[in-house]
Amino acid sequence: MAYKRQIDRLPIPPADAKVHNVTCHYCIVGCGYKAYTWPRNKQGTLKDNAFGIDLGQQQGADGTWLAPAMYNVVQQDGKDVHLAVVPDPDCVVNSGLVSIRGGRMAENRPSRVTGTQQQRLTDPMVWRNGTWQPTSWDDALDLVARVTARVVTQGSEDDLVVSMFDHGGSAGGYENTWGTGKLYFQSMKVKNCRIHNRPAYNSEVHSSRDMGVGELNYSYSDYEVTDTIVMVGGNSLETQTNLFLNHMRKGLENGAKFISVDPRRTVTINAAEEIAGKDNVLHLAIKPGTDMVLFNALLTHIVDQGWTDDEFIKASTFQGGEAVAEGTGQPAGLGSLDYAMQSCRTTTAEAAEICGVPEADIIKAAEWIAKPKEDGARRKCVTCYEKGVIWGNDNYRTIGAIVNVSLATGNIGREGGGCCRLGGHQEGYYRPSDAHVGRPPTYIDQLLISGGGKVYHVWACDHYKTTLNAAEFKRVLNRRSQMVKDAIDAAAGGSREELVDAIVSAVNAGGIFVVDVDIIHSQIGQTAHVILPAAESNEMNLTSMNGERRLRLSEKYMDPPGSAKPDCLIAAGIARHMERVLREMGEDAYADQFKGYDWETEEDAFMDGYAQGNPEVTYERLRAMGNNGVQEPVVGYEDGKLIGTPRLYADGKFDRHGRDDKKALFCAAGWRGWQAPGKAQEQASHKFWINNVRANIFWQNQFLDQDNDFIQDRFPYPFIEMNPDDMAELGLNAGDLIEIHNENGATQGMAYPTDTAQRGQVAMVFGSPSGSQGNVVNPGVNELVLPDYKHTWGNIRKLADATPQARAVSFKSKEYKA
Amino acid sequence: MRCKKMVDVGRRQFLRGGALAAAGAAVTTVAGAPAQATPANAQVDYPSSRLANIADLAVNEPLDIEYPDADSPGVLLKLGTPVEGGVGPDGDIVAYSVLCPHKGYYMGYNAEDRTLNCPGHFSRFDVEAGGQQVWGHATQNLPQFTLRVDDKGDIYAEGASDLIFGRPSNVL
Repeated sequence: MAYKRQIDRLPIPPADAKVHNVTCHYCIVGCGYKAYTWPRNKQGTLKDNAFGIDLGQQQGADGTWLAPAMYNVVQQDGKDVHLAVVPDPDCVVNSGLVSIRGGRMAENRPSRVTGTQQQRLTDPMVWRNGTWQPTSWDDALDLVARVTARVVTQGSEDDLVVSMFDHGGSAGGYENTWGTGKLYFQSMKVKNCRIHNRPAYNSEVHSSRDMGVGELNYSYSDYEVTDTIVMVGGNSLETQTNLFLNHMRKGLENGAKFISVDPRRTVTINAAEEIAGKDNVLHLAIKPGTDMVLFNALLTHIVDQGWTDDEFIKASTFQGGEAVAEGTGQPAGLGSLDYAMQSCRTTTAEAAEICGVPEADIIKAAEWIAKPKEDGARRKCVTCYEKGVIWGNDNYRTIGAIVNVSLATGNIGREGGGCCRLGGHQEGYYRPSDAHVGRPPTYIDQLLISGGGKVYHVWACDHYKTTLNAAEFKRVLNRRSQMVKDAIDAAAGGSREELVDAIVSAVNAGGIFVVDVDIIHSQIGQTAHVILPAAESNEMNLTSMNGERRLRLSEKYMDPPGSAKPDCLIAAGIARHMERVLREMGEDAYADQFKGYDWETEEDAFMDGYAQGNPEVTYERLRAMGNNGVQEPVVGYEDGKLIGTPRLYADGKFDRHGRDDKKALFCAAGWRGWQAPGKAQEQASHKFWINNVRANIFWQNQFLDQDNDFIQDRFPYPFIEMNPDDMAELGLNAGDLIEIHNENGATQGMAYPTDTAQRGQVAMVFGSPSGSQGNVVNPGVNELVLPDYKHTWGNIRKLADATPQARAVSFKSKEYKA
Repeated sequence: MRCKKMVDVGRRQFLRGGALAAAGAAVTTVAGAPAQATPANAQVDYPSSRLANIADLAVNEPLDIEYPDADSPGVLLKLGTPVEGGVGPDGDIVAYSVLCPHKGYYMGYNAEDRTLNCPGHFSRFDVEAGGQQVWGHATQNLPQFTLRVDDKGDIYAEGASDLIFGRPSNVL
């Protein structure tokens, strides 16, 4: 049965409801919403209400509507209040549009009245007497501090391994990255750390930065006035929904061409065709992992045809041959265009062969990108890329090859241009220097698998659902953490000192002590010995910036569940307990390093961190800037407004690499086939390419959506899109439970017949709680420890007939059909 | 997709339902007397509206309807095979709102794969699977109308599974 809400009437927000600015805390686009809250015993009327319209009339298309998912009853200052979170028509990001993620923000709030999100953690828990027991913050933090302090003083800070988010939105943001960053990079110098979505502490886009080009350099409005949009390994209608619907769409309606580089046909391509007409959309369905060759051929053709922007190249890019040599931290040389061309030169015929697309299409793409218009004017082109290449083959050189084309055509720093990451979460990174981590950084998953680390702090990451080589990672971490659980159980009834002794003995014998900070009891949290409950955006004030660097304050409108706290205040609590415990241990000098955490609120953490580097910015000023905020970097404050920067590099000076000459560098992106270890062999020995994809309906690893009936009803198992002929060959029906297996492990999902899927290629949704795609991804990474999740091959077998749940769902095409 | 064939929308029943809802929302105060609320039913009272007779329906040919009132367009379909929520002797008659529960655009019916498709932002819903959103931006499945067929084969709509776009109450 399709999920029915059985709601036929909703409370009406009264005219005097409290109004809060909200930036959606899910994807990088950061749509603006307004949250209305009002007392439980009050309501508006059809004529007199917070929306100021006659709700007795049927609203037309695009009219104001409070959908059931936008409503809840939550706690605010200890009282139950009505909550409505509705899209803001005055926010320039989304102009009132709503995605299937953001539209459910209210519904995905914890409510003890409506029963939503009862999976949220409310109190600290410690492993005690054979299970997790709720306890006080002081008790839990004392144990964390005692074990951590003992281990790092007996050994070194290298025995402490940390997984921590680096993003904005959700539970990230400038407040929380600063809290964790100050603890691990200032009070300590932890080098064995990794980020939520990759097994090391590194940039996803090292090459773009090394070339001088910060990866978020445009304004979303650039899509509206460009001549061509090039999307590489991206699927924006699903993953940056309102960027596509509110900005790219306007560009297409204004006559822009659309090029998608993706082995898979996506709903984005379908929608682009609907908007712009098939003649204006070019899908380059390249062979997996060959993006670099394509862009090298585009660059070569553009150079050979004389379509480069020579004035820009002369003024803004390096002219003297090699600037940076290839080296251990530098998987390609960098320098002038001529220098790069020595490695990049690829004919369109060669590329057609390697990429498996018609040569004529490659030439057409080059023309759409750079062939001057009939009046001689240069074409404007926005290039955007995301996980298809970031988590793809030879990350460094591939992204370098993409940025090369934008630089050569003068399309960075200009209206209608840009060469940008599309992004996943919002951004919100403000931390002390991470230089001590080194480049290349430690491959943390392998460190843990090989027995390294004794204490493991995990902040809002669930690698069990999302990491690569996940099957092995889980096996080892389960075993090592169980050793410590056994030791704790054996020490039951003893003193705190005896407990710490038992834990330290276990970690010295190969075990690992796990502290998990999260909003829910996650899969990796099953290994934890201490669990600390965190707050999310709007349960705290939180600042982040979106994919065009638009900084907003998303305001607190409700209490966190139970005694949950913002991550920054949890980090401060750990620091204060570390200071106390270290002083008790006689480690006064070390204890002093943990001073400076006397924050009462998240705003204190913001002022201690972000505002130190950006003194113009305060909560009060951001609040006044509302849902349109200000685009970073903030350069001033005048007439009551923060002054921002719509577009980076408008002056033609590139500085992301830190070079004094402020000249952009080209990347010598020489093709070398499959770069990460094991990929070529895996491809040769398995039948199916297992593409790792996203879906608009799920936010990341479904941490909230796993408890949302509307979502789980649609896909009770992770979908695996598959060509119907491949299914027939394996005797599969729609919805059958299938297993993907290879030498790395196995995972499961349900077969979703997809007529546009190529034979031998399946597309599995990433990060599912009921089937981790990462189980079958091999451990191969690039030189800078960037994972290649996208390239996995396996065989497929049937596990079971479709379950009743699976049989009830629709297996029709996801593509719009008029 | 709008079929030109107009059907009886049960205007009289609709008006009665609307009046009840309005009374339920009102709070009256008499001067000098204690405030007294008019008791309201906990659930919306839906009109019972005759949509068509089974004899009017042909397999996979959509019939335009309006329910619970003239401002709420919908579609009545006979699918030819029994489906979730289907009524009639063949268990194959269903009815849905055709305002997309994302942003309220008027959706079109694709008879080939039996989906309702939104030209606004490309969402689509499966009429053979209880109005489940196949792909799209709406935060709910399509409002499906509760149907009853009487002895004469007249089909009545008497309720809805979800809130209809653009209104705070299905019955205004």
